[in-house]
Amino acid sequence: MNNDHHIIIAPEIREILCKHGRVSAEHLGVGDDLYNAGLTSLATVAVMLALEDKFNVEFPDTMIGRRTFKSIDSIAEAITKLAA
Amino acid sequence: MDFDKLLREVHAIGRTVLRVHAAEVDKAARFPAESIAALQEARLLSAYVPEKYGGMGLTVMQVAKICEALGQYCGSSAMIYAMHKIQVACVVHHAQQSAYFQNYLQRLVTEQRLMASATTEVGTGGDLRSSICAVETVGDRFTLMKKAPVISYGEAADDILVTCRQSPGAAANEQVHVLVKKGEYTAIPLSTWDTMGFRGTCSSGFELTSSGGVEQIIPQPFNEILGRTMHPFSHIVWGSLWSGIAMDAVNQARAFVRAEARKTPGETPISAIRLAEADQVLQGMRHNVTSLAREYEGLLAQNRPEAFEEFGFSIRTNNLKLSCSQQLVDIVGRAMLICGISGYRNDSKFSIARHLRDAYGAALMVNNDRILKLNATMLMVHKEG
Repeated sequence: MNNDHHIIIAPEIREILCKHGRVSAEHLGVGDDLYNAGLTSLATVAVMLALEDKFNVEFPDTMIGRRTFKSIDSIAEAITKLAA
Repeated sequence: MDFDKLLREVHAIGRTVLRVHAAEVDKAARFPAESIAALQEARLLSAYVPEKYGGMGLTVMQVAKICEALGQYCGSSAMIYAMHKIQVACVVHHAQQSAYFQNYLQRLVTEQRLMASATTEVGTGGDLRSSICAVETVGDRFTLMKKAPVISYGEAADDILVTCRQSPGAAANEQVHVLVKKGEYTAIPLSTWDTMGFRGTCSSGFELTSSGGVEQIIPQPFNEILGRTMHPFSHIVWGSLWSGIAMDAVNQARAFVRAEARKTPGETPISAIRLAEADQVLQGMRHNVTSLAREYEGLLAQNRPEAFEEFGFSIRTNNLKLSCSQQLVDIVGRAMLICGISGYRNDSKFSIARHLRDAYGAALMVNNDRILKLNATMLMVHKEG
């Protein structure tokens, strides 16, 4: 699942999750379930806005959902796809 | 189940019991014991419990209709009934896989137990999705202490569903719902309940200390209970009983207009135009409730839990609460103007005073500003398809 892009941006995603998602993401693995770690669907809005700002992308409606924000890995995959 | 017959029975209880005591319950700010006893006698406390446990197995829409009917006679009694039903729905929707709760539902039917709720906590500022207190388990027993700023009818309730963190080490939003039972908890009053309206709900604050068996912890996490049941169910049954209060205010206004019209036969009094306007707002309010109740029943029938995580339904549920709480004040205010000084008086048969005082509570129980802020956040990303 992991490719190089994912590994490069994972620390930045982790930082955004800590700051905007109210999740203690410092020690989370890239595949760990963020919702189990306490991410709420409401907090994903702040996370998404911060990600859009940081990576200069815009999430289309079809990608706004639980699947995209399931893990650091799935977020990284979405960003990589959007930035491509 | 002949629901029309049941609804007629509910109205009969409303006329003969709720309405008779409503003014005195309001004045003394006391628990409407007669109303709840009458509802228990009619087995209505287990109306939403599935038939296999001995309940009536009513639908959400039918429970909402009962709340609307009760709201026409005594706002406080209707509110207590609605809040009880929310707790029952939490157990019915989220705990039936547990043998303990199957048994509990049977007891709820036979004993017509009254359930209350302790969700808010001193120190969390009204945020249901965050708890300070935690359930502590040792072996198969738990202990739990919570400082609750509000437990409606806390003293009269048989059982209380309490939100708390799932363990002392858990994060504030890792919550569970625990059933604490009369005889297994002590409640030390923290505050009194002397408010403008809904005075009979006796929603004082308590320091609740309880213990029990670990099987009393509902097996599903609280965030799922809130999303799938507590949030939508609350706003539907509240909107329904508020509609009932609005209907009674409009009925008072109608009686007043009719008395006026009798004095000048053949001429439609100006107050009749005001009545027609009030009725128009009332129809919108009632339509709001049934529309969301229908959508909710549809989602429940789909058995697709993730549907409740989508922002769309959550936003519409919040909008229902916002609209209904505003429409209630609007309609009751219109009814007051129609009845004039007779509506303003406490001692006239056209008095709208209690309705108006109750009406202002609707915007505050789960503050509308908090709800608007949630919708504001969600609407940044959500658009209707």
